[in-house]
Amino acid sequence: MTRRDELIRVLGDQGAERIAQRAKKRENAREARRKARADLAEWRLWLVAGCFALGYATLAGQMALTAVAEPEEPALEVAGGPPLAERAPIVDREGRLLAANLPTWAIYAHPEVAARAGIDAAEAAQLLASALPGVGEETLRARFAPGRKFVWIKRPASPAEKQAVHDLGLPGVEFGRRETRIYPAGRIAAHVLGGATVGAEGVDHAELVGLAGVERRLDDALRDPARAGEPFRISLDLAAQTAMTEVLEAAMRDFKAIAASAVLMDARNGEVIAMVSLPDFDPNARPDTRDPVVAKTRPMMNRAAEGVFELGSTFKTFAAAQAMELGLYGPETMIDTTGPLRVGRFRISDFHKMPPQMSLRDVIVESSNVGTARVAIAIGAERQKAFLDSLGLLSPTPVEIAEARLGQPLYPANWSQLSTMTISYGHGLAATQLHLAAAYATLLNGGLKVKPTLIPGAPAPTEADRVISAQTSRHLREMLRAVVAEEKGTANLAEVPGYEVGGKTGTAEKPSAGGYDGGRNITTFAGAFPMSDPRYVIVVTLDEASTFKYGRTWRTAGWTAAPTAGLAVRRIAPVLGIRPAPAPLDPADAAGAAARARF
Amino acid sequence: MTDISYHAAPAGYGDPSILGRWWRTVDKLSLGALALLILVGLLMSFAASVPLAEKRGLPPFYFVTRHVVFAVVAYAVIVAISVMPPDQARRNGVRLFLFAFVAVLFLPAFGTDFGKGAVRWYSFGISVQPSEFLKPGLAVLTGWMMAAALRPGGPPGVAMSFLVTLAVVASLAIQPDFGQALLVVAAWGAMFFAWGAPILLIVGFVGLGVGLVWFAYTNFEYVASRIDDFLAPEIDPTSQIGYATTAIQKGGLFGVGAGEGSVKWSLPDAHTDFVMAVAAEEYGLLFCVAVIGLYLFVTLRALTRLMRERDAFARVAGAGLAVLFGVQAFINIGVTFTLLPAKGMTLPFISYGGSSMLASGIAMGLLLSLTRRRPQDHVTDRLGRR
Repeated sequence: MTRRDELIRVLGDQGAERIAQRAKKRENAREARRKARADLAEWRLWLVAGCFALGYATLAGQMALTAVAEPEEPALEVAGGPPLAERAPIVDREGRLLAANLPTWAIYAHPEVAARAGIDAAEAAQLLASALPGVGEETLRARFAPGRKFVWIKRPASPAEKQAVHDLGLPGVEFGRRETRIYPAGRIAAHVLGGATVGAEGVDHAELVGLAGVERRLDDALRDPARAGEPFRISLDLAAQTAMTEVLEAAMRDFKAIAASAVLMDARNGEVIAMVSLPDFDPNARPDTRDPVVAKTRPMMNRAAEGVFELGSTFKTFAAAQAMELGLYGPETMIDTTGPLRVGRFRISDFHKMPPQMSLRDVIVESSNVGTARVAIAIGAERQKAFLDSLGLLSPTPVEIAEARLGQPLYPANWSQLSTMTISYGHGLAATQLHLAAAYATLLNGGLKVKPTLIPGAPAPTEADRVISAQTSRHLREMLRAVVAEEKGTANLAEVPGYEVGGKTGTAEKPSAGGYDGGRNITTFAGAFPMSDPRYVIVVTLDEASTFKYGRTWRTAGWTAAPTAGLAVRRIAPVLGIRPAPAPLDPADAAGAAARARF
Repeated sequence: MTDISYHAAPAGYGDPSILGRWWRTVDKLSLGALALLILVGLLMSFAASVPLAEKRGLPPFYFVTRHVVFAVVAYAVIVAISVMPPDQARRNGVRLFLFAFVAVLFLPAFGTDFGKGAVRWYSFGISVQPSEFLKPGLAVLTGWMMAAALRPGGPPGVAMSFLVTLAVVASLAIQPDFGQALLVVAAWGAMFFAWGAPILLIVGFVGLGVGLVWFAYTNFEYVASRIDDFLAPEIDPTSQIGYATTAIQKGGLFGVGAGEGSVKWSLPDAHTDFVMAVAAEEYGLLFCVAVIGLYLFVTLRALTRLMRERDAFARVAGAGLAVLFGVQAFINIGVTFTLLPAKGMTLPFISYGGSSMLASGIAMGLLLSLTRRRPQDHVTDRLGRR
């Protein structure tokens, strides 16, 4: 008997009814719960579905953003590459091109890719060698050795070579953009510009970095992206530079010199107009320094800005200038020139017999060592050193060439009285031509100190930069003009009619083991023109120059450097737009006398 | 008269054949969408797995051939399982779970890591990843437990299902495979939610999930490095993500054309985890959007059909299976398109891999079995007729 039957028996028929009703109620309640649960489940599942819809919509949006974004090609597949920050071209003061960039290419390959495309090393090498005659087939085959992932084929390659290789259609051969620095003037101004080379190199981009000269010293400015390739102007004048180079080449030939160098500087503000150093080199194809000939002649050395030499009697000008500035001597003060002058074991004598007494002016004009040494004794070591320092002769020049920093003048640590005397005529202190040019510019432009620079538009020095008085400067100009203009002057071969060249010669014996070698001289002419109001300072130096005239071999500056300087002025002055002053009809003419009186 | 038969064969439909009944009640649109997905997988296999075969010195179509076999088997599995009635599906699902769970537990002892830093595979001739099979099994088991809890006097099913899920998460975490663990937790959470969990509890679990992610980030270096990489604004172009991004950008709207892509040569996982990058490069954005449309369609279709399902087991377990499928595809594609941090997860039916393919087939078979139309399958139908 079931529990239900028992209940029905107890409660009767009505009971059965009630039980059925109760069961029905329970069933309804259960059904309602289920319904509630199902409704709950329905909206919750809607919520889950909504989350999915939202998530997938986000995903689709992200996909669209990613796919439509500007494609950034990965490093190894780059064809265009990032925009190159172009190295600024360099132009001369007139805007003539000295250094520029040529678009070139680097050709490289992924041998693996080629191999996958069924091109084996031999085939690739043969095809590439046919397109690039400069690269050997053997080399290429070796480079395409199986298993290699990346090889350079040729860099830099010209656009024509790139096209030729491109036309082969070899799989796995790629091209990267390059810039090659070119110097259209070739050897002209090679030392000033220096050169540039490829620095950090990636597949698609290579950086050009300065190697020497202006390129190195002004590397940051040249690479400054803010310049955006705008040309960088330097103070050089390409025409003057070319003329100077030709004159020096001729001089080297005529005087059998082993080297020659020259500086042409604006006397008023120190701008370098020309700076030549021979032997020179082509910066487009730098010589290999391992080559023994190259190692011996050192063509890449900038003799004008880097090479320190004893510059001989050109230094006498400094002694004369200081003596007059200090009021110790006037131009016509007589000086005892009886030689030889003995200092300890040392003897100072002159090249040729001089009168026992000479005016300061004549000491300079005839270049008396004895006279200059006596002047130096009067000045004293300390004052001499300070004066030379004030002319910038004791520290490297600030010119914008990397090597100029190497041009540290050499002078004795112990500046003795003997040093004072020898330095007064240019022995014992070695400096660069650029030092000499800047010092002459300072002394001859009215006495205001200039610093050598390659940046055009350098500000002219002011009264704050005064080193000597205008009066002393005028006396010096008169003296140096006489050195060239007078028959007895040592530099009379430098005379160029109409240009009023003035200057001083200097002959220094080259130091050799244990002393000086009388047969090998460094001859220098340092001067300016036109002397009435100097515009340009010129310094010309020849190494081991000699000339055979009047039955004997001359090795002094008056016979070698002075005529070279004269020739240079003759060539360059017209280039720079300086008109020759009309020559007086007669030397004794009133105009000539007036001109002389002005000094 | 109070007995209500939920899953007896519908009487009066007049068609005695099992397959005929199946065809009439199964979700034919989802069946079609899955077929399309499998075809897309075949297409991508041609594109993405040939370079891999060449790299390994195998015949070029080695992986393609295997993919075709897996695809055919997987579709057969879908059909075969979806023919089962729900209770049979449930029993088999639980069996599957037990096998897979034991297999996962023995992984540390007998598994291999294939040099990838995680012990996830058995290697006997072919490699098997048991955790792939564990996921659908777990969804069925926990669905059953939760449904049982609704019966008067039923077992504490939710607590049981939570413990089982925790055990599974732990077994996955020791591999380590935090992607799968996260997926399992997400599925359980969704099931619990659909089952009717109190909102407060759900909030608590979300907090717990966030805490777990934070825990993994601070305690496991590889998780941390991946998330850091993801948060870094710069994409390293030589990373998998970098290659994928480049490929997607190259593809643009319409792709570079079949077979023209290049990313598959440089991307190590081009045929598995990053297959969508290959698809994006060769077939373009629109194709990819169509593919995710298919995934979303299958997921939403299952969820909407389950809304009217009165059987709690079918509803909860079905929701779990649908969420597993939808979230897994979402994570895989999200990673490829840099929406999510890098996470090794296969793309159901499209990635190459026998385990993934078969497990996806089983999961979809179970899901289709649970979403089949059944008589009186909505409470209101029945109430309305009374």
